[in-house]
Amino acid sequence: MSFITKPKIVHPSMPRNALGLTVRDYEGGMSTLCAGCGHDSVTSALVQAAFELDVEPHRMAKLSGIGCSSKTPAYFLKQSHGFNSVHGRMPSVATGANAANRELLYVGVSGDGDSLSIGMGQFVHAMRRNLDMLYVIENNGVYGLTKGQFSASADIGSTAKKGDSNEQPPIDPCELALSLGCGYVARSFSGDKAQLVPLLKGAMKHRGFALVDVISPCVTFNDHEGSTKSYQFTRDHYHPAILADYIAPSQEIRAEYEKGAAMPVVLHDGSQIVLRKTDPDYDPTDLAGAFAYLQKQSAEHEHVTGLLYVNEEGQEMHALNHTVDAPLNGLDYDRLCPGSEALATLQENFR
Amino acid sequence: MKPTDTSHPDYFHKVVDCQWACPAHTDVPGYIRLIAQGRFDDAYMLNRKSNVFPAILGRVCDRPCEPACRRGRVEDKPVAICRLKRVAADNRGDIQDRLPEIPKEKNGKRVALVGAGCASLAVANDLMPLGYEVVIYEALDRPGGLMWSNIPAFRLPPEVLNEEIDMIVDMGVDLRLNSPVESMAALLEEGYDAVFVGSGAPKGKELSLPGRDVDPDHIHIGITWLESVAFGHIDKIGEKVLIIGVGNTAMDCCRTSLRLGAKDVKVMARKPRGFFKASAWELEDAEAENVEIVINHSPKEFVIENGKLVGMQFELMEYEIDANGRITDTRVVGEEFLPCDDVVLAIGQDNAFPWVERDLGIEFDKWEVPVVDETTHESTRKGIFFGGDAAFGPKNIIWAVEHAHQAAISIHKHCQGEAISERLPDGMNLVSAKMGIHEWSYSNDYSQDERRIVPHVDLAERFKQLNIEVELGFTAEQAAEEVERCLNCDIQTVFAEKLCIECDACIDICPVDCLTITHAGPEEELRQRLTAPAQNLEQALYVSGQLPQTGRVMVKDEDLCVHCGLCAERCPTAAWDMQEFALFHPHVKDEVETAPGKQPPKYGT
Repeated sequence: MSFITKPKIVHPSMPRNALGLTVRDYEGGMSTLCAGCGHDSVTSALVQAAFELDVEPHRMAKLSGIGCSSKTPAYFLKQSHGFNSVHGRMPSVATGANAANRELLYVGVSGDGDSLSIGMGQFVHAMRRNLDMLYVIENNGVYGLTKGQFSASADIGSTAKKGDSNEQPPIDPCELALSLGCGYVARSFSGDKAQLVPLLKGAMKHRGFALVDVISPCVTFNDHEGSTKSYQFTRDHYHPAILADYIAPSQEIRAEYEKGAAMPVVLHDGSQIVLRKTDPDYDPTDLAGAFAYLQKQSAEHEHVTGLLYVNEEGQEMHALNHTVDAPLNGLDYDRLCPGSEALATLQENFR
Repeated sequence: MKPTDTSHPDYFHKVVDCQWACPAHTDVPGYIRLIAQGRFDDAYMLNRKSNVFPAILGRVCDRPCEPACRRGRVEDKPVAICRLKRVAADNRGDIQDRLPEIPKEKNGKRVALVGAGCASLAVANDLMPLGYEVVIYEALDRPGGLMWSNIPAFRLPPEVLNEEIDMIVDMGVDLRLNSPVESMAALLEEGYDAVFVGSGAPKGKELSLPGRDVDPDHIHIGITWLESVAFGHIDKIGEKVLIIGVGNTAMDCCRTSLRLGAKDVKVMARKPRGFFKASAWELEDAEAENVEIVINHSPKEFVIENGKLVGMQFELMEYEIDANGRITDTRVVGEEFLPCDDVVLAIGQDNAFPWVERDLGIEFDKWEVPVVDETTHESTRKGIFFGGDAAFGPKNIIWAVEHAHQAAISIHKHCQGEAISERLPDGMNLVSAKMGIHEWSYSNDYSQDERRIVPHVDLAERFKQLNIEVELGFTAEQAAEEVERCLNCDIQTVFAEKLCIECDACIDICPVDCLTITHAGPEEELRQRLTAPAQNLEQALYVSGQLPQTGRVMVKDEDLCVHCGLCAERCPTAAWDMQEFALFHPHVKDEVETAPGKQPPKYGT
């Protein structure tokens, strides 16, 4: 953290997006996280992604639970809606918000503790019901806010700062997501914004639940030798299987992609993600293959990154539940509250 | 692009744009911080060390520092550096006991200085503390040179001028007034160990056009006319006045005319705006007094009726200007007559040496300018030195002061039998500004304030007398706010690549996007792919060696850095540090204190 706030100086040649905003307009308050925290880089990547997608700040809702990660929505898009919920309960709040207003862009930020321990049940059910949101896990393998105990994502053999070794198997949120039919499963690294920003953009445009698991080193409690989620270890075992480029609907795909090597995936609004394979055997549309690949590489202690699985065919929550196609705040009172007679008719159906 | 070599003092010195631009390399951010702390005496003395005349320069300096100021690139307007200097001078207490001690025992060497202007006075200031006997010859009946005769009293009050001159003269200078040097040969016969010529550029340029000689009483040479006004020999002028030329002398002439009774003053420019020689602020001050600046008028003839000047005929000019702002073509598209009672010619000035015999071994070039070494200031005859406007033509006070510092080194070495070309190099010192986890030894927060305007005397009031100082100077409150606009560019961002873990914290926090971690490459190409493209080619890229984890490099574009220190605050490994840069720019005192072969002393502010 710092004592002074980041001065608002607009660089004379700073680019502006379609809304006439600069990237500075997408920032939030000053971070109070430790200097060098990976989460601040994820924040910065979210800022960049929202800026590049011309997101109207008032059309985004930021949601989080408890933990270092869950503090970060305060640090981006200060003009957006926000809800900081109870520990691990962010998916419920997101579900409620999305049910009421399906037109906002929902961005949840959680951590490995918030999602994989206390909030595990909420997390998996949000994926199961295919809630339309971007769900970012800032994954550092430790409980930083309580001084560095192992979290549920700590790898076997990874050591704590004082030297204790973790012996319990880790929960991999990406494998979990694959098994639950999540349609957009990505992993990235806070230290690689070139990869992270397009993945976040694709995730914001994906219809349905999009999981982006970001290895985000805890500079204070988990950046030492022996840690498997340090800056150094992540870089040494960095395994990008797929490079993703986000292409807006108005943009043309650059000709330089080699046929066969590049794989365009069309998103619901017409934008595309062009996937460039670094491993020719990898197919991010093959669920079973993706699962096997992840298992194999994690056994070799590799951090597989990129857009690991994508499926644009899935139906999100509103489609699955046949809800009205407008936000509730846009409905006439009569439609929103059809009256006692309608209620009685409904109840009659269940008798 | 290779890793930046920051071991030479020039690299970090250039980052301090104001100090680099100042000919005397005054420690601008250093004295601004002292003013911020209310340490006016210290701020004054820090100034005096470099520029000798802080109170004078705080009013009339040409301020090369201000156009260079980084604040002018970050927003629109630079810090009001010059006016802050005046604040230090206006608010200081008695500093008499902080002036150098003058040895009673002289060193036996005698030096003659020609002309009692800023150059000679500054040479005396440097040499007197070393025990030299210094004699200054002055043609007029008072010292000050152009600072007195050409700068009107409404810009530089005589008491301010005299106080700083007296500080030097009172060191025991043998000041001989009313003593024009009429022959260099005769001067040399007096047996001085060295002679310094600081006689300025006293000859105003003439405009030879038809009618020039018919009514000379109403056609004046600018600098001569200003001198006569200063002496009180001239105390009025006609109602309609035309000033020819748009340099700073023209600005002084038009404003002086208004105070001598002129009602309608026009400054006639041959070219359009943007080609004017006058400083922007002097133009502003003149226009604020309702002087009209007429562009694209080229003088053709003085129009005389019945032996009396009635006006001037001008050719109307048109210019083709290319994309780079250069004139590519000139056309005359018509003529215009403008009536007037007086004309003042302010089209430049030359140095003139009718008193230097041409057989003394002092060479002159084809423009009759002496051949002078740019570093040592020595002429082609050993022991004779030139400085100020006399050396390389008209410049300004601050240049004259720096010439004097350099000439004083040469004079000393010459008198002591040392090689004058063997001079101490510039040196530097860097000291961490870190005082605590989030605490720095300087005010690192960015002030959003805009440049303050210096209060001026009311328009009607200021014309009542010739010598009412127009600018009032900042109040203490205004100064306290203006100092916060300084970006502390001397607090350098220093990077230690071995410590970097590439967490991106500095890049994410930088408010002006001046940092990038990327793979190395040639500078031209590298400039294009930074977080924000580095388009100002005059500002350096600070490139690190390979970073330990990925082998990429850290690149900083120095252009817009506001020295907020957030990169260093956010750095978990202290790879970035904020370090105060102190320039060691040697004067003759340092040459004396440093034995040959020794490292230059490192000192801070």
